[in-house]
Amino acid sequence: MILTNEQLERYSRHIILKDIGVKGQKKLCEAKVLIIGAGGLGAPAAMYLAAAGVGQIGIADADTVDLSNLQRQIIHTTNDLGKPKVESAKETMQAINPDTDVKIYNEFIYSQNILELIADYDFILDGTDNFPAKFLINDACVMADKPFTHAGIICFEGQLMTVVPHQTPCYRCVFTNPPPKGAVPTCHEAGVVGAMAGVIGCLQALEAIKYITGAGELLTGRLLIFDALSMRFHTAKLPPRGSGCAVCSDHPSITELIDYDPPTCGVKGGGA
Amino acid sequence: MIHITVGGEHREIGENTSVEELLRLENVEMPEYVSVSVNEDFVTRSDFAAHILRDGDVVEFLYYMGGGAV
Repeated sequence: MILTNEQLERYSRHIILKDIGVKGQKKLCEAKVLIIGAGGLGAPAAMYLAAAGVGQIGIADADTVDLSNLQRQIIHTTNDLGKPKVESAKETMQAINPDTDVKIYNEFIYSQNILELIADYDFILDGTDNFPAKFLINDACVMADKPFTHAGIICFEGQLMTVVPHQTPCYRCVFTNPPPKGAVPTCHEAGVVGAMAGVIGCLQALEAIKYITGAGELLTGRLLIFDALSMRFHTAKLPPRGSGCAVCSDHPSITELIDYDPPTCGVKGGGA
Repeated sequence: MIHITVGGEHREIGENTSVEELLRLENVEMPEYVSVSVNEDFVTRSDFAAHILRDGDVVEFLYYMGGGAV
């Protein structure tokens, strides 16, 4: 592809970066990224990836915009209340950058649709708000060999890790199984600072940009932990990809996707 | 006393402290939902009580973080 004069100007701050350049920008313009969840994490990620000129961005979520979302889900505005989140997200992304082809999936993810959803994409962002969805995304991405970035946020804390399946530790290597429902509080119960979601969602967007352009070093084999109260980032080095991992080891015991929650009552692609 | 690192921060603890005791000392609220690594090796949950920490150990507590109000 050849970048137009308008694109050269729009992406000029990328192009002058030695780690991106024209070559990296072209890769971004040809890349396809899927964001699962148009909530607190997905909102900033979707906006920055659209602004960055990612060629195709898919966004999956079956929720509608609620007043309590607006404290952090900055892709939606007060005028969008009641609207499907994916539609509201698409409008914002296209207003930022009409070059980006936004594909919307107004659906929950579950075992029967996720492989089809991720099949067309180069990189996946997990912006979901619950463990059944996080394990489902991990397992599906491992099975389909799709790199993805996991994130979680609560209160003033966040975590992040990127997984290149079969090369680096996966989410299940670290967290073997979902905790029982209700055992670990959600933001819905414990609260979260909106800007926290922004920080971590932007870090996810950065990982996608780095993966696509090949710039720098991915957050693989490490779990980034951010504590906003002490304003400390800490990176915990993870043990190597587990020979005992139920899904990503060479002899996995999990070979089919699991719906830890029935899809009708809340394995959502949304929120955070 | 021995010196260890927990989540990137220095700690001084008594000799013969187990992972289980460290979880208590660090006031980890739900130790049953924390993955623990010592020197980049996971400690199996059933070994928490038996695994004794040594001088210079690097310990990480990895918490489940789901995030998200709908």
